[in-house]
Amino acid sequence: MRRETDVEATAPSLASIHRIGFKTIMRREFGRILRIWGQTLLPPAVTATLYFIIFGSLIGRRIGTMGGYDYMQYIAPGLIMMAVITNSYGNVVSSFFGAKFGKHIEELLVAPLPNWLIVIGYISGGVIRGLLVGVVVSCVALFFTHIPVQHPLQVAASVLLTSVVFSLGGFFNAIFAKNFDQISWFPTFILTPMIYLGGVFYSVSLLPEWAQRLSYANPILYMVNAFRHGFLGTSDVNVGLAFAIMAAFAIAMFTVVVMLMNRGAGIRE
Amino acid sequence: MKALSIRGLTKTYRNGVQALRGIDLDVQEGDFFALLGPNGAGKTTIIGIIVSLVTKSGGKVEVFGYDIDRALAHAKSCIGLVPQEINFNQFEKVFTIIVNQAGFYGIPRRLALERAERYLRQLQLWDKRDQIARSLSGGMKRRLMIARALVHEPRLLILDEPTAGVDIEIRRSMWAFLRGINEQGTTIILTTHYLEEAESLCRNIAIIDGGRIIENDSMAGVIRKLSHETFVLNLRCAVAGPPPLPGYVSRMTDDHTLEIEVSKEQSLNDIFARLTQGGVEVVSMRNKVNRLEELFMRLVQSKGAASAQGN
Repeated sequence: MRRETDVEATAPSLASIHRIGFKTIMRREFGRILRIWGQTLLPPAVTATLYFIIFGSLIGRRIGTMGGYDYMQYIAPGLIMMAVITNSYGNVVSSFFGAKFGKHIEELLVAPLPNWLIVIGYISGGVIRGLLVGVVVSCVALFFTHIPVQHPLQVAASVLLTSVVFSLGGFFNAIFAKNFDQISWFPTFILTPMIYLGGVFYSVSLLPEWAQRLSYANPILYMVNAFRHGFLGTSDVNVGLAFAIMAAFAIAMFTVVVMLMNRGAGIRE
Repeated sequence: MKALSIRGLTKTYRNGVQALRGIDLDVQEGDFFALLGPNGAGKTTIIGIIVSLVTKSGGKVEVFGYDIDRALAHAKSCIGLVPQEINFNQFEKVFTIIVNQAGFYGIPRRLALERAERYLRQLQLWDKRDQIARSLSGGMKRRLMIARALVHEPRLLILDEPTAGVDIEIRRSMWAFLRGINEQGTTIILTTHYLEEAESLCRNIAIIDGGRIIENDSMAGVIRKLSHETFVLNLRCAVAGPPPLPGYVSRMTDDHTLEIEVSKEQSLNDIFARLTQGGVEVVSMRNKVNRLEELFMRLVQSKGAASAQGN
C-alpha cells in the first residue's frame, strides 16, 4: 500500500537494500542458531568433552607426546577444527535445505536481493555457528589442558577460511538435495571419514608412505595443520600452501555456488 | 502507466509441458485485475515468471516499466506476492516473519517494526504477534501472508488464490481490506476460484486456458458477453411437470423448483407472463451460478470443444 505522506517510504536504493537485506539474513540465521541452541551449541560441547576424556585423558596419557606436545595439546586444535567444520557445514545445509523444503526460500527469491548476497548471508550464518562452536570447544579444551597460541593471525585466518569453505560445501549440498537423506549422506559417508583421516588425532608422519601420499590429497589435512600451526607452531604441511589451498577452495566454491543459484539449480522451475 | 506489461510470454517446462503459449497482457496502474482460468491453465506460471520464481522460455515482462531481464531488482521492489501455498517459516514468530520480510526489501528496522505493527493490526493478527506461525489457523496464515506482502508497501500486489479455504466471514473482511488498499493506489492482480470474488472486486479481467488468453476485457464488458443465463425459480405450489414454455430450455429439479435457461434475446417478462397464464406462482428467483462463473464455464467448454475438433 502506498502512502504518499510517508517520507521514509520512498524506495530504498539498491545499496541500502543489499546492506539491510544482508543484515536481515544474518540476524535471522543467528536467531536460528540461538533458538535451537540445544541442537547447535550444546552437542559439540558434550562431544568435545567425551573426546578429551577418552582420547586426551585416558588414552592420551599412554601415547605420550606428539609433535613435541602432550597428546591432549596436540589433538585440541584438531578437535576444535573438527567441530568448526561439521557445524559450519551442518548449519548451512540444514538451514538452506529447510528453507527449500518449507518453501520459505521464496521469501528471499522474490525479494530484490542478488543471489551472491543470499549466498553470503547463509555463509555468514555457517561461519557464525562455526566460530561460536569453536569458542565453546576451545573452552572445553582449556578445562583439560593449556593451549599455547603462537600465531594468532594464523589461528583466526585458518578457522575463518575453513568455516567459509565448509559453509559453502553445505550450501552446495542443500542446492542439490531433494530430501533429508540427501543432506545427511555427504556428511556421514564423505565428510566424517575425511575429517578423521585429516590429521585430527595423529601426525601423518606416523603413516606408511602410501597413506601419507593419500592424506596429502585430503584438503582437511591442510586446514587442520594450518590451524594447529597457529597454536603450536608445528605442522605436517607447508602452511603457505595450506592457506593457498583454503583460499582457492573458498573462491572456487563461492563462484560455483553463485553460478548454480543464478541458473536456478534446485530452487527455480 | 502500465503496472504490468507482458508480451509474447512463453514457458515450456523441462518435462516438455507447454504452460504458456504466447501471453500478451496489460494491467494499468491502480487497476484491480482478475486473472482467471481452470487448474493448470498457466496462471501460477505467469505469476511465477513475474516474481522470478519461474524462468520464462521467451517473451518480455515489464513491471512499472522495469524489464525483468534488465532491471529485475527494481521490478521486484515494486511487487508484493501472496502465493497460493503457505511459504513462510512455520517455526518463526508472526512478528519476526513480517519484520524479516521488510528487511529483505531494504526497509530500515525501525520503520519495519512500525509497519509490521500497522499491518498486523489491520489484518487482526496483532494479538498473535508472538505466536509461532505454525500455531495459526488457516485463515490467519493467509492474512499473515497478506501482511507480509504489504510490509514493503508495493505498488503492485499479486494475490494467488488468497482466500482459498477461508471462511466466508474472513473472506469478506479480506475483500474489504483489499478494496481499501486498492483505493489508496495499490494495483492488485487477483487469481481466484471464487468467481463471485472476482466479479465483486475486479474492474478488469483476463481468462486464461491452455496457456493462452481467451478473454481480456473490463468485467462489465465480459459479463455483457454472456449470451445465456440460467435462473432457478422457486414455485409456491408443487407442479407435476415443467410448465409449457415454448422456445425456452427448462426442467424441473424437484416439484417446487424450475430451472430455465434465458438467452439475451429472450425476456424474463415473457416467461413470467406465460407462467402466470399457466397458474404457476413464483416466490423467488436466483441465478443458478454466478454470472461470471457461467461465462467462464461456457468459454472454457467452447475452447475445449474447439481444441477437440482441431485434433
